[in-house]
Amino acid sequence: MGQSFGAVSGITDVDGPTSVSTWEGNVDELRGLVSERAFTGETMLLNMGPHHPSTHGVLRVLLELDGEEIVSCLPDVGYLHTGIEKTIEAKTYEKGIPLTDRTDYLAPMSNNMVYSMAIEKLVDLDVPYKAQIMRIIGLELTRINSHLVWLGTHALDLGAMSVFLYCFREREYILEMFEIISGQRMMTSYIRPGGVWRDFPPEFLPKLQAFLDFFPRRIDDYENLLTGNPLWIERTQGVGILEPDKALAWGCTGPTLRGSGVNWDLRKAVPYSSYEEFDFDVPVGEHGDVYDRFYCRILEMRESVKILQQAIKKLPAKGPYRSENRKYVMPPRSELGQSMEAVIHHFKLWTEGFATPDKDVYVAIESPRGELGCYVHGTGGNKPRRVHLRTPSFVHISALPVMSEGHLIADLVAIIGSIDIVLGDCDR
Amino acid sequence: MGIVSSKLGNLGVVTTTLDEAVNWARTGAMWPLLFGLACCAIEMMSTQASHYDMSRFGMELNRASPRQSDLIIIAGRVSRKMAPVIRQLYDQMASPKWVIAMGDCASCSGVYNNYALVQGVDEVIPVDVYIAGCPPRPEQLIHGILTLHEKIRGDRIAEWAT
Repeated sequence: MGQSFGAVSGITDVDGPTSVSTWEGNVDELRGLVSERAFTGETMLLNMGPHHPSTHGVLRVLLELDGEEIVSCLPDVGYLHTGIEKTIEAKTYEKGIPLTDRTDYLAPMSNNMVYSMAIEKLVDLDVPYKAQIMRIIGLELTRINSHLVWLGTHALDLGAMSVFLYCFREREYILEMFEIISGQRMMTSYIRPGGVWRDFPPEFLPKLQAFLDFFPRRIDDYENLLTGNPLWIERTQGVGILEPDKALAWGCTGPTLRGSGVNWDLRKAVPYSSYEEFDFDVPVGEHGDVYDRFYCRILEMRESVKILQQAIKKLPAKGPYRSENRKYVMPPRSELGQSMEAVIHHFKLWTEGFATPDKDVYVAIESPRGELGCYVHGTGGNKPRRVHLRTPSFVHISALPVMSEGHLIADLVAIIGSIDIVLGDCDR
Repeated sequence: MGIVSSKLGNLGVVTTTLDEAVNWARTGAMWPLLFGLACCAIEMMSTQASHYDMSRFGMELNRASPRQSDLIIIAGRVSRKMAPVIRQLYDQMASPKWVIAMGDCASCSGVYNNYALVQGVDEVIPVDVYIAGCPPRPEQLIHGILTLHEKIRGDRIAEWAT
């Protein structure tokens, strides 16, 4: 078996280096990564992706198969590497926000939030109470939004088309709400250092209330289609089991960890943005299989509805929605016509930004996928020395072999769906 | 009446040109490749889902194999690692084939002028329609598809044959 294995061939009209992949070229390069049986032809090597409908983006998985059984599984990431972390280093702090949207594009507000929190910690910036509650509304809507895409595509992968159509119907409603508050459907850039971009427009809260009124019934609809469905249970129960100790050892977080029965949620464990005032449960699974991870996320959507209902009640009618520390936060437009000082602040902050102390910070929040961390190293100047995102998708992909080895190749589709990876989040 | 150029009374005969008939068929049932890269792919899914319903344009059938599809929508940023794969997918598609560059990243790499991305997918494959936006709204994607339809309606068989 000395043949060339890579799915790609060199092309000439892209300037600079083209593809750099571990598995291009000779099969002998795979020695040590797959079992020895692959070299005698006893097992088969199969390349799944990067263009495969069920890899949720551009993940490439090299599979070693014995019949239909997976002997080893090697994920190859980087097909969506965008250099976002490096690009942020060339921008002032606030101008990095739109780039964070585009890492995990299913949960843009979580990314805005973690980056803003890192800057707030770096420069010791206050966030008014109203802004904290507004952030929670945005974050929980994002969680529902992300889980809806996950549920739709996960069900689609396993052959349930109608769930996809229902989920995207509700998601469209959430995107309309995002458009009302931020002006953009997906890339919101709504959460900024020191608070949020602007106050909720008056039509937002009635629309949110209407959503909270009908959405629990829609979750019932999804559950009617899936939760007790014998075909669904057959495909998901007992598949892709991740034991709690292994889940912890591989650094899994979020519903992937909680599906294994470990009660760890950063909203409870290390509360941020006034989450400690909210009354909600953390759904925890039992067996750590695909079904438990699925059910954890379904219950999480219900908990998010609970949090949102409390947030509407807690939201103060008056008060600032962004910090008034003019050293770091832009003055509102209404002040610009009246105060020379506001004009100076506005000019200074948009042209050269603000300086931060020469120290590093790490903050983490619970994104829909798990622990989303942000490490920012300030330089004393107006641009960061290093920004790093600790993204849950990257960690979960590395745990994919643990879950899938010994299973059938058809189950791999269910397992990839159940860990809810976003390749933009992983490769960034 | 779409392709009908003239109608001869009530004889039950319709005359048209071969060009128009073929182009009508090509625009009416275009099979896109089931292929998404990044954020734009999510908006592409929204376009195909219940709210915007791309099947109104005969496009609900996404083929997972490039050999069965005649349109590839590059929905997202193209990294240097992904570019050869896209080229190969394009080469595997049977002619006639069309390309839509959806979003700023696929058109010109958008906000990322850096080491990681190909600065526009047209460095790798020829593009028929560019759609601006980051990400474009579903309405914009539909407009792009209709623009492509318009382009196809102007095609001449003689040019394909050469």
